[in-house]
Amino acid sequence: MKAAQRFYLREVISGLLLTGHHFFANMGKHLAHAFGRRDARGAVTIQYPEERRPLAPRLRSLHRLVRRGDGSPRCVACMMCETVCPARCIYIVADEHPNPDIEKMPARFDIDLGKCVFCGFCVEACPEDAIRMDTGILEFSSYSRRGMIYTKEMLMALEPAGPNGVPRSPVPIPADRVV
Amino acid sequence: MTATLADFGIAFGRVAFVMMFILNLGGLLTWVERKQSAIMQDRIGANRASIFGLRIMGLFHPLADAIKMLTKEDFLPARADRFLFKLAPFVSVFFGLVAFASIPFGDTLRVGGRTIPLQAVTLNVGILYVFAMLSLGVYGVMMAGWASANNYALLGGQRAAALMISAEIAIGASIMGVVMWYGSLSLQDIVRAQGSLLFGWIPKWGILTQPLAFILFLTAGIAATKRIPFDMPEGESEIIGYFVEYSGMKFGMFAMADFLETVVIAGLTTSLFLGGWQVPYLYEAGFRFPWGGTLGLPHLLVVLLQVGAFSLKVVVMIFLMMLIRWTLPRFRYDQAMRLGWLGLFPLAILNIVLTGAVLLAWGSHP
Repeated sequence: MKAAQRFYLREVISGLLLTGHHFFANMGKHLAHAFGRRDARGAVTIQYPEERRPLAPRLRSLHRLVRRGDGSPRCVACMMCETVCPARCIYIVADEHPNPDIEKMPARFDIDLGKCVFCGFCVEACPEDAIRMDTGILEFSSYSRRGMIYTKEMLMALEPAGPNGVPRSPVPIPADRVV
Repeated sequence: MTATLADFGIAFGRVAFVMMFILNLGGLLTWVERKQSAIMQDRIGANRASIFGLRIMGLFHPLADAIKMLTKEDFLPARADRFLFKLAPFVSVFFGLVAFASIPFGDTLRVGGRTIPLQAVTLNVGILYVFAMLSLGVYGVMMAGWASANNYALLGGQRAAALMISAEIAIGASIMGVVMWYGSLSLQDIVRAQGSLLFGWIPKWGILTQPLAFILFLTAGIAATKRIPFDMPEGESEIIGYFVEYSGMKFGMFAMADFLETVVIAGLTTSLFLGGWQVPYLYEAGFRFPWGGTLGLPHLLVVLLQVGAFSLKVVVMIFLMMLIRWTLPRFRYDQAMRLGWLGLFPLAILNIVLTGAVLLAWGSHP
């Protein structure tokens, strides 16, 4: 340690100048913001529930099941996603599709989000592009494990996110959180 | 002379003003601490407490804190000394509150033939009184540490005692230079003496006549408040400290005592080194500038300006102390001891010798 550093005062003053500069610069920006300069920001804080951080376009968020034109799921219940899933959180029951051109459709398609690791393998494995993770929804929580299981109907109701990852469909609220 | 009801009212008013000043400022400091640290660190700070959707920059957070602390469980450890455990926070807060009493917040107010000194108590040994009260404040901390029947609390209490001794010595010795220079132990006299001018135009504030003492006093004073960078008694990163067993409002009182001590140290620094209630070139009758101009002001306005100047200086000092608290990393226990005994104390002695030499060379008080 240099003698100048052992004599704290100089280092203390340089530190105070640094933090003091931050204080007054940020204070000035806060004041400018308060007096109408909307572009001046004194803090890097994003005030979360009101303000959302922009999401990267490829960020993996809550799954959704893509619908066909007639509203039936695009999924053909091939079980590829269920097979590839490392967390084994997908549960599919296959059924006949009313349209003879389409062989199968899922009768049940449950994802246990309590187990899901958001690896995105299901999206990659899907031959029909029927499952995607682009809803922009990150807020799923429940008071019980059962509440973390999202069903086919919930997943099919979701829309892809808008620009900056802003979700366009409401967060599906599990039954045990309905007030 | 018989004390009339008016005398009683005036005395009460003086005490009430000081109490309001220090209590409100101390209460506001939790908000200042949150917001100032946030702005220094490019954050926004606590702003969520709201009443009817009104947030006013998080000013309701101290209120929310108080409600939380009052409604929390008031825990008493099974093996604690019940009486001392309960007494300790009161001792801490009490001495923090009364320490401000002899710090003058203005000169004298003349109303209806009376001359009211703007000071809660007029003492001719004001400095000694403030130190006595500040030193007694540490008894609350030691009491808490001992009565909790907890090893970490005891360690914290011991550290508080050790820190207080090393800080008090440095404070006392650094003050000596100021006392020698202005030749009085009365804070009011010291503040009055700082109103005269050096070389005809520089106000003779303590920071100019005793720069070394100012730095030493501020360092030791911050140590006396037990806050970072001198938070050995608390040491939240290692031993949690003397209030580890406290909860609810008793814990809140210890936190409040730290803030009150911050206000007291800021007030004392203002009085000793920043000219107290002095406004440069403002005298009894109004401004009298060194370049010849004068500006007459009514007595009441002069008093208001003085009280305002004192409050402003105290607030600036608190800002500086907060800035230091949120800038410097904390000292280790042995580092703080070394700084106190091998750094501050010898320098304070040096300051006394230098001041004595200058006074001797000058002949008398310059």
